[in-house]
Amino acid sequence: MRVWLNKQRNLLDFSLSSLSRRRGKTLGMLTVYTSIVFVLASVMLFSHAIRREAATVLAKSPEVLVQRMVAGRHDLIPARHLDAIRGVRGVQSAEGRLWGYLFDPAAAANYTLMVPTNPRIEPGKVVIGDGVVRVRNADPGDLMSFRAHDGSLVQFKVDHAISRESALVSADLFLVAEEDFRRLFGIPAGMFTDLAVSVRNPREVGKIAEKIDAALPDTRIVLRDEILRTYESVFDWREGMLLVLLAGSILAFAIFSWEKASGLSAEERREIGILKAVGWETGDVILLKMLEGLVVSLSAFLVGYLLAYAHVFHLGAGLFEPVLKGWAVLYPKYRLTPFVDELQVATLFFFTVFPYTVATVVPIWRAAIVDPDQVMR
Amino acid sequence: MIHLSDVRKAFNQGKANEFWALKGIDLSVRAGKVTVFRGPSGSGKTTLLTLVGCLARPTSGRVRLRDRDISGLPERFLTDIRRSTFGFVFQQFNLLKGISAVENVMIPAYPLGRDRNELSERAHALMASLDIAAKAHSNAEWLSGGEAQRVAIARALINDPEVVIADEPTANLDSERSRQFLGIVETLKASGKTVLMTSHDPLVCDTAVVDHVVSLRDGQLVESR
Repeated sequence: MRVWLNKQRNLLDFSLSSLSRRRGKTLGMLTVYTSIVFVLASVMLFSHAIRREAATVLAKSPEVLVQRMVAGRHDLIPARHLDAIRGVRGVQSAEGRLWGYLFDPAAAANYTLMVPTNPRIEPGKVVIGDGVVRVRNADPGDLMSFRAHDGSLVQFKVDHAISRESALVSADLFLVAEEDFRRLFGIPAGMFTDLAVSVRNPREVGKIAEKIDAALPDTRIVLRDEILRTYESVFDWREGMLLVLLAGSILAFAIFSWEKASGLSAEERREIGILKAVGWETGDVILLKMLEGLVVSLSAFLVGYLLAYAHVFHLGAGLFEPVLKGWAVLYPKYRLTPFVDELQVATLFFFTVFPYTVATVVPIWRAAIVDPDQVMR
Repeated sequence: MIHLSDVRKAFNQGKANEFWALKGIDLSVRAGKVTVFRGPSGSGKTTLLTLVGCLARPTSGRVRLRDRDISGLPERFLTDIRRSTFGFVFQQFNLLKGISAVENVMIPAYPLGRDRNELSERAHALMASLDIAAKAHSNAEWLSGGEAQRVAIARALINDPEVVIADEPTANLDSERSRQFLGIVETLKASGKTVLMTSHDPLVCDTAVVDHVVSLRDGQLVESR
């Protein structure tokens, strides 16, 4: 065992020394390799983290939403539908929600208006998201005025801003009291934007949705899982689009690494001949070259992955932000929760380290099986 | 110690450019002696050296090391014999560029799994005995011809082989350096090593340290004294 360990150590030392001898080639390879791992890992880490973020946010949302449809369009829903829903067995609670969008000409941005039920907001006051604070330069105590549906002026006094921690979902929020919301949009009492339903047993969601649908034929039922799937699709699509755009550079890397790793120079062939002549077995030569390949690919993988981690979770993924996050006037400023998926790491590892190692071993095996007497000639 | 009987070696066998480098060699190399293969360019002396040193296998005939027939052994076994029995000093020295002289000396021992510190001590001791200790940390490409050859000799001795094989050892050296080399050969012989060399340099062939000169021409043995 000791002999085996000494041999591995000696070969590793020699492989490091060999790499340092070809400094230019090694550093060039390492730089390109690290860059490609960085780019791929950044896209994967970002997409995965944001999907997870969306799932975490949605976990707190109601399992079932009921919206009224008129001529295929979403319309206001009467409060009496709540009684029908509460009558369905398995429904834990049902309540009406008021929400909508308001265009602010002063900021040229759309706000999401909502009426929170807990805690309630005092009439005439507003709680605003971080994005609204930025575009309106608003501080607590400031006044904000909007034209209501009938042209009258509705004024709000900023109560406070929502913490930046939740900016991903709250950047464009504008929370107002129920009375103010109804006055602004002219929504009569007894009407809601939609209804939120909680169920007792999550496994019964599908069945309960069917019952509500049967009881209220003028409505459509939106399940939380469906929203989650929509988010997944959006981010999958964006990740895929970015990866397709990057495919060119990945292909260029593949060609570059194949050429660099597989093309043995005359000097390298000569060295392999010398090693064999002085008593190295073919297996020793292949092991040495595999170690060289592993040192390069593992270093590139680790450095690339760590850089990607820092890029995504500490620097806000600046390079891919516009593609992966989308665009808005009220761009949320937030920091993603670091999350690393083992399967994703393994996939990236397999598709970067493995091909490179194979690319290096094949030509070396070819060179290493030549007769050692070549060096005498 | 090494016995060859009717050894033949062909290159590109079966092709239009087939060439027989050795055409039936019978020879015995005695242990602890210095033997020189002499002959003009193309006479087959280097080929003979590669067969004796387990660097290649004969096309036909037998090569025996002591009483073991090694002519038909697979590559793996030949490598094992080569690194435990033979040390090589090549004509162009074949040192690896970009690494230090002492690291070059240690290379043949790496696959044997010897302790790194012991190995380094032995390499330095060998270099000191060959009077090149001062060059231990110089890169191989910075060494002069004579220094490079002594590093190559130290490399050949790192695994303490019984036989040292040197291909045209004085071809790249001036007379003074050649004499120094023969002094090293004398030391090796005195320590019980068998030395095999190829050379057409009279300075080598006619020196007193050489016990046995084998003359070759056109792949055949023409004289042995």
